[in-house]
Amino acid sequence: MIEFRSVSKQFPDGTLAVDDFSLVMPSRKTTVLVGSSGSGKTTILRMINRMVDPTGGAVLIDDEDISGLEPVALRRRIGYVMQNGGLLPHFKVVDNIATVPVLTGVPRGAAREQALTLMDTVGLDRSLADRYPSQLSGGQQQRVGVARGLAANPNILLMDEPFGAVDPIVRAELQQETIRLQRELDKTVVFVTHDIDEAFLLGDQVVILEKGGRIAQVGSPTEILADPASEFVADFIGADRGKRALSIRRTERGAILVDSEGRAAGVLVDGGPTA
Amino acid sequence: MNWVWNNLDLIGELTLEHIRLSIPPILLGFLISIPLGFLAYRFKLTRGLLLTVAGLLYTIPSLALFVILPPIIGVSYLSEVNITIALTIYAVAIMARSVADALGSVDPAVRQSATAVGFSSWRRFWQVEFPLAGPVILAGLRVASVSTVSLVTVGIFIGIESLGYLFTNGLQRRIFAEVLTGVVMTVIVALLIDAILVLIGRLLMPWTNPGTRRSANRTATQLPLAQGGGAR
Ligand SMILES: Nc1ncnc2c1ncn2[C@@H]1O[C@H](COP(=O)(O)OP(=O)(O)OP(=O)(O)O)[C@@H](O)[C@H]1O
Ligand SMILES: [Mg+2]
Repeated sequence: MIEFRSVSKQFPDGTLAVDDFSLVMPSRKTTVLVGSSGSGKTTILRMINRMVDPTGGAVLIDDEDISGLEPVALRRRIGYVMQNGGLLPHFKVVDNIATVPVLTGVPRGAAREQALTLMDTVGLDRSLADRYPSQLSGGQQQRVGVARGLAANPNILLMDEPFGAVDPIVRAELQQETIRLQRELDKTVVFVTHDIDEAFLLGDQVVILEKGGRIAQVGSPTEILADPASEFVADFIGADRGKRALSIRRTERGAILVDSEGRAAGVLVDGGPTA
Repeated sequence: MNWVWNNLDLIGELTLEHIRLSIPPILLGFLISIPLGFLAYRFKLTRGLLLTVAGLLYTIPSLALFVILPPIIGVSYLSEVNITIALTIYAVAIMARSVADALGSVDPAVRQSATAVGFSSWRRFWQVEFPLAGPVILAGLRVASVSTVSLVTVGIFIGIESLGYLFTNGLQRRIFAEVLTGVVMTVIVALLIDAILVLIGRLLMPWTNPGTRRSANRTATQLPLAQGGGAR
């Protein structure tokens, strides 16, 4: 469990990036932070592995205040996946994945062996192991990033817009993989995005942020969709609202779904999508 | 051209001597530039100071430096130490700046990602920042090595033999072929050392090799187009 207690962050230049942020991120669940650019998502995320230290309040992991922990050691036990993979361009794929185990003293051979297994886990062909990141597609790089994040078998995985730079099809694929991985691995995931669809798709708990890291609403996707807490939240999920507020209109040939403006959005079939 | 055939031994001897004199300043310059360049990169104050001093040093005429240095460091004018130190100073003047620039050119996202996965700052420097700065540092090293090879010739004016001997001797005796041989051999030595540096760079920084760059993407994305992607 990760807990933020009245956390603030003011950067040396005076920017108040996060103002009195309090939240509990439950263990083995995915918490998604969603908000527009500059709302403080990355800053909040980085306070979990002490890349950024709060100027007020406290961050706790499993009830332990992390300000007393050694940052380098802390980071090695928390997975971190960033946009564009954040891979080391001079390390081969396999060594990128093995980075953290090697840092913590696992012999290189064993770390590489484990890295190959992780490539299977994230759906990467082992034949890519000896390539450099620049020789991979964006989607493949992202998978390597995820594999690296998982390599030390951390309990916590931080993901900062990991799929922000890949095309929609690959992105959808990676999102499905993430859901699958989460089901299999059961990590505490904190996921940052500014895509509300992605947030609703991946989040057990979705946190909608306004500027300064102020929480506009926190809840499950269903709770937020059913009952937006404010005009801001309604607006934020609003671009898609027509699409989301669907109603059934029965016709002679069957039931069709219409959006709030009466446009046909689809048909209603029994059974739902097959898995 | 007769002169060349009659003096192959001399040319060979001087060329080896020239190479032998060139290598220590290049190596020492490189080693000394790393900590200096790091200081210049890391701290604003030292950056201004170091780069200004380096710039000034480089403007001292080499002959003047050869003459000033011995009394300061207490060696004879004819000592090789003299020329080694003088040329090391020039190499540092060039390379400290390029090491600083090279470290500054490392993608901040990569640096942050290294921090995020748990590199300590010491390991991050040696395993991430320094290697990634490699190509720019190598560029500076190549400039410094060419400069060193050409400056070694000046040593002849204080009596240190190198290919520079062929200039002065050829001028005195008005043997044009001898002067020309000196020039050509100096260029060849410079090119040779440069080629070796490039080769070492290739070996140490395989990720920068032309063959590895984006080749996979290209085959993946361009093949269908090249083979009549319109049909798909
Ligand atoms: N190192 C820093 N120094 C000063 N200000 C900063 C720093 N890092 C972030 N900020 C500021 O803090 C605010 C929040 O930044 P943050 O990166 O957390 O936003 P974000 O929600 O992640 O945005 P994005 O979606 O664009 O990534 C912004 O106004 C930003 O300019
Ligand atoms: Mg961000």
